[in-house]
Amino acid sequence: MAPRITTAEVAHVARLARLALTESELETFTGQLAAVLDHAADVEALDTTGVPPTAHPLPLVNVLRDDVVAPVLDREEVLAQAPATEDHRFRVPRIIGEAP
Amino acid sequence: MNGHESALGVAAAVRRGDRSAAEVLEEHLARIGEAEGEIHAFNTLTEDAARAAAAAVDATVAEGRDPGPLAGVPVAVKDNLCTRGIRTTASSRILEGWVPPYDATVVSRLAAAGAVMVGKTNLDEFAMGSSTENSAFGPTRNPVDVTRVPGGSSGGSAAAVAAGFAPLALGSDTGGSIRQPAAFCGVVGVKPTYGAVSRYGLIAFASSLDQIGPFAHTVADAAALYDVIAGHDALDSTSLSEAPPEASARLEAGVDGLRVGVVSELVSADGMAPEIAERARRAADALSAAGAKVDEVSVPAATYGLSAYYLIAPAEASSNLARYDGVRYGLRVPGEDVTEMYVRTRTEGFGAEVKRRIMLGTYALSAGYYDAYYGKAQQVRTLIIRDFERAYESFDVLIAPTTPGTAFKIGDIVDPLTMYLNDVCTIPSNLAGHPAMSVPYGTASDGLPIGVQVLAPALGESVMFQVAAALESTAGSL
Repeated sequence: MAPRITTAEVAHVARLARLALTESELETFTGQLAAVLDHAADVEALDTTGVPPTAHPLPLVNVLRDDVVAPVLDREEVLAQAPATEDHRFRVPRIIGEAP
Repeated sequence: MNGHESALGVAAAVRRGDRSAAEVLEEHLARIGEAEGEIHAFNTLTEDAARAAAAAVDATVAEGRDPGPLAGVPVAVKDNLCTRGIRTTASSRILEGWVPPYDATVVSRLAAAGAVMVGKTNLDEFAMGSSTENSAFGPTRNPVDVTRVPGGSSGGSAAAVAAGFAPLALGSDTGGSIRQPAAFCGVVGVKPTYGAVSRYGLIAFASSLDQIGPFAHTVADAAALYDVIAGHDALDSTSLSEAPPEASARLEAGVDGLRVGVVSELVSADGMAPEIAERARRAADALSAAGAKVDEVSVPAATYGLSAYYLIAPAEASSNLARYDGVRYGLRVPGEDVTEMYVRTRTEGFGAEVKRRIMLGTYALSAGYYDAYYGKAQQVRTLIIRDFERAYESFDVLIAPTTPGTAFKIGDIVDPLTMYLNDVCTIPSNLAGHPAMSVPYGTASDGLPIGVQVLAPALGESVMFQVAAALESTAGSL
């Protein structure tokens, strides 16, 4: 039987999730995720043909309010919590690199 | 109630003017001062704000105005509920230094009811865990036996009530995080119907499962707290618009003629200790002796709850926790460019269990696996709801154990899957969106508390609390 999940797949998933793992973390997590996925095999084996999925316990609908001005959080108070700001905005490091 | 005073007793005395809120608070702060060093229930104590709140309650009483139903009652609040001006950590490094600019709706409602918040309680990081060991601030100890865990993730709140630090506490329950620690610490813990209590200001873990709920020593105290926090909130789009059921309405009504089902699949769940299964059956027998019609009932899909939950909850968590990117609040670890900053911040800011769940969820949602894992788990969720609905055609409430075992030793469970198995009896109610509560029901042969669950259909809180109150009144004769 092929392994449930490979270290290469775990490394890929970590990249997607913006997490850096050491080699030993990668090994540990691979074994642990495989164990959880193995346990979930009972669900895989279950015949669910024609059963609709439930994403949420409530029938969700858009909740709208009238378009009138209401109190909102103070902008400066919110920005005061940010690691870095500039000109009343969040400041982040460079996003797009220099042209080669 | 372990010799601790009841919240309703405190509120009644403060409302009459027999005791001052200030005096009640100082008594509880003194108990915290004595034992908190050993228990570590709190991440943050809020003595100054509490003294101001207690003084305000006393002033209201002196002026002859209504100080609210929970006047002067000290309350401990799980540290994943936002508190304006008071740091809120979710027991994670990634929220280091963050001070919320707003209160969670439940926190505002507590204050409006005259309750006095004494502090923010420890939890498993982002509420992911069953032992409160996954905290960036270290574990909480079980007041019943300090070598053992208090359960989790709301372990700090359960311990705060059990230790007499506060008669009431708030927790959050995504897969059992209120009920399991309540069972481990010998207190009452309630997960309300999904949508009955506003989630505004609750740091999100798995949004289709999370609910905020009460801890207390007695069913009546828990009902009083439920009645304060439940109800529609325009700030939560999943808040139910109908009036919430009154939890305190039928506490004295008894169970004569009620139909009570014992859930076969949960009584015989994976790893269930025989004496805990037997205790759930004895609880049903006690209800039968009090006039209820008791029978076994099968909820077949509940068997698959754990597997479905550990795909659905991590999937939702992986999406919810994408917001911790070092841009708007909390920790930022600098990097050369924005991606490197994201990676460094998240890698240093999140603990191992949070990373594990983010990766599990990311995997379950990733291309090629979505249908096999997340899609399938969502179908199982439908089957669980259908099976519960079928059971509730014949029964008013259901009975099940809360946990497969009693509180384990700190450091004893290191394997994640073994830890997850703690939630086997509590998860089905979260997947269904139904209310459920754990009531202390005596102790096991090891001397540790056992909890029995009462489950009810959506918005069935009145009958759930009614049966829980009847059960509580029989626990003394165990």
